Amino acid sequence: MFWLAPFLLFQLQQPLDIPAANPHTTAADIEQGRRLYMGRCAGCHGPTGDGGKGANLASPTLSRAAEDRALYRIIRYGIPDTEMPGSLMDSLELWQTAAFVRSLGRVAVTPVTGNAANGAQIFRTKGACLGCHAMGAEGGRTGPPLAGIGGRRSATHLRAKIENPAADVPHTFRLVTLTTKAGKTLRGIRLNEDTFSIQLRDFSGNPHSVWKDEIAQFSSEKKTNMPAYKGRLTEAELNDLVAYLANEKGAQ
Amino acid sequence: MRLALLLFALPAFAQVTHQRLLNAEKEPGNWLTYSGNFAGHRFSPLKQINDQNVAKLTPAWVYQSNSLQKFETTPLVVDGVMYITEAPSHVTALDTRTGRTLWRYRRTMPDDVRVCCGQVNRGVAILGDMVYVGTIDSHLVALDSKTGAVRWDVAVADNKTGHSITVAPLAVKDKIIIGIAGGEYGIRGFLDAYDARTGKLAWRFWTVPAAGDPEAKTWAGDSYKRGSAATWVTGAYDPETNLLYWGTGNPGPDWNGEVRAGDNLYSDCLIALDLDTGKLKWHFQFTPHDVHDWDATEVPVLVNAEFRGQPRKLLLFPNRNAFYYVLDRTTGQFLLGKPYAKQTWAKGLDDSGRPIRIPGTSPTVEGTPVWPSVAGANNWYSPSYSPDTKYLYVAAREAGSIYYFGKADFKPGEQFNGGGFKAIPGEEDWGAIRAFRPATGEVAWEYKMFTPPYSGVLSTAGNLVFGATAEGQIFALNAATGKPLWRFQGGGTVRSNPISYMSDGKQYVAMTMGNSLYVFHLQ
Repeated sequence: MFWLAPFLLFQLQQPLDIPAANPHTTAADIEQGRRLYMGRCAGCHGPTGDGGKGANLASPTLSRAAEDRALYRIIRYGIPDTEMPGSLMDSLELWQTAAFVRSLGRVAVTPVTGNAANGAQIFRTKGACLGCHAMGAEGGRTGPPLAGIGGRRSATHLRAKIENPAADVPHTFRLVTLTTKAGKTLRGIRLNEDTFSIQLRDFSGNPHSVWKDEIAQFSSEKKTNMPAYKGRLTEAELNDLVAYLANEKGAQ
Repeated sequence: MRLALLLFALPAFAQVTHQRLLNAEKEPGNWLTYSGNFAGHRFSPLKQINDQNVAKLTPAWVYQSNSLQKFETTPLVVDGVMYITEAPSHVTALDTRTGRTLWRYRRTMPDDVRVCCGQVNRGVAILGDMVYVGTIDSHLVALDSKTGAVRWDVAVADNKTGHSITVAPLAVKDKIIIGIAGGEYGIRGFLDAYDARTGKLAWRFWTVPAAGDPEAKTWAGDSYKRGSAATWVTGAYDPETNLLYWGTGNPGPDWNGEVRAGDNLYSDCLIALDLDTGKLKWHFQFTPHDVHDWDATEVPVLVNAEFRGQPRKLLLFPNRNAFYYVLDRTTGQFLLGKPYAKQTWAKGLDDSGRPIRIPGTSPTVEGTPVWPSVAGANNWYSPSYSPDTKYLYVAAREAGSIYYFGKADFKPGEQFNGGGFKAIPGEEDWGAIRAFRPATGEVAWEYKMFTPPYSGVLSTAGNLVFGATAEGQIFALNAATGKPLWRFQGGGTVRSNPISYMSDGKQYVAMTMGNSLYVFHLQ
């Protein structure tokens, strides 16, 4: 089939060349970026960028976006396997939004008042956080791993999550209990789910995958196993724990 | 010897005449036009694959696209050759039995293409010995159906001003009907007809008025100049009325209605145009003064059925705004309208079909939660009508959005949105395939899905409905009962509509899933 040969030589269209540094960083660009940010990003990242459901952006460095081009790509395409979606904005708007996000890192962040060393103790003793959360080499597998959490989430957000974790559970850390038609009960953290099947990890760390037509009963009475720490810890202990986590920047 | 056998094996290549398109049901082995027939049914009369054996359905072949953009094409199949489009505007001809490529048309795109939602394409049209594709840089191109060579290439609009083409053209009589996209760029929307042989513009219907037109009074000031009303989903055609039925998109800017007070004609409408002249016969506006981006760009389904005891020529339209509409397609008269998915924006419809809005549902700076979501209770995902079960099948989406109001500064070629949207935190969105009794809108059965779908449905004479999930499964349901009979995980979000065809006496079902085209058969 000689006539197919030219097609084998055909080059795929290269993605458009994205400059490494943001070409749109004037005050007017940042102001326009602020408007775009308020509508599209502030719901998760907070109006001042100190994070919430989304990452803390009020930081001079962003772990996933060291250079502007990476930030542009994240805003445009989102981050796969996270809750960060892509966006429909055009390239100018994307750059303007990126310019505003960078400006958030230049704003002074509210200082954390607690004692981090004391917080590390509470984390390991009274809080019993390692029972579920990994911190580097130690800890459990039930909750999200917390190494480097201070680089990703703000103190405000960490406090809110510790005080009332059920308010917003990440979709890959939801607690499920189900009983199969064969009479087997499974309880654990949902890893994935679709119309036909569900995948979960039990509290021994073992993965399970079940077809939904094999499930007799399905309950999700509680969204998370994590207790609300408001009341369990004193205000001072909460402050210390938040200080410890907010300063936890992970292995450098 | 091999060559002789090959020639013997291939069916005779006949020209695809208008007569063949009109009688598409008479050649069920082919899939000749976007919706399978002019009436928008997306129904296959094939029944080799049926409710008794579909459990054994298995992939025959898979075609992997070179593009990582969304793969939205509806394949056309003519006499052993399948024609697909790949993002941004490529056309590939495949052998229907083996999946091997016969020819490719690859188009070099300018750098400054502007699209809201991906450089996508939903398929080709075929007429005579030519294949027609609309391109993301707003050209209409006619290709030789045997070689992929360009016969003609006309500029429909300017891509620098935010115009683009994603819709599959519709070939009718001697014309190629092509719509435009760009509803997020404040374009002036239109629907075009080109001479199929020469590419000469036969007529243009502007979906947004010019100064002095009576419709301009439905737009405050000169806001019609940025009125959008794009035409980006393939419509339907009725040879008896000689009318072309086409949906129109949102008014621009999407979420800021303050700058365009009025009904904003002909945005969010069904327009009925005389095929020969492009003149408007009637229109029906589903969402006057839309502020939620609820384009009426669904596929109209044309059915002749009894309505309240009278035989009527109906047009069925499950709209993005979560209402199901039945219109008389000869006159445009509103016959029925009722919600078919959760909605919180209208108390109902009045006798003329106009929505009775609930106050406080417009976008605000702080955000207003409203159902349905910005993607709607349905979107461009095709419905299907089965003349066997007499049900209309719809992939329904149960979700809301928080709608934001924003400033709307117009600059040609830049997005003109006037706000934005996001998901409602803590809400569990879901979806369903629903079977409706067309004349009443009653739900005969429902098949629930874990999340809202981004794909349409196909029904077949094998008593089957094929649909797909956002998590990458294609599935088959019993068309009479909704009972699930078969499923397959294709590994990527499905953003397309299924078709069925026959090759060498075997029935196939084809659908893109993720970045691949899957073709299934019974082994």
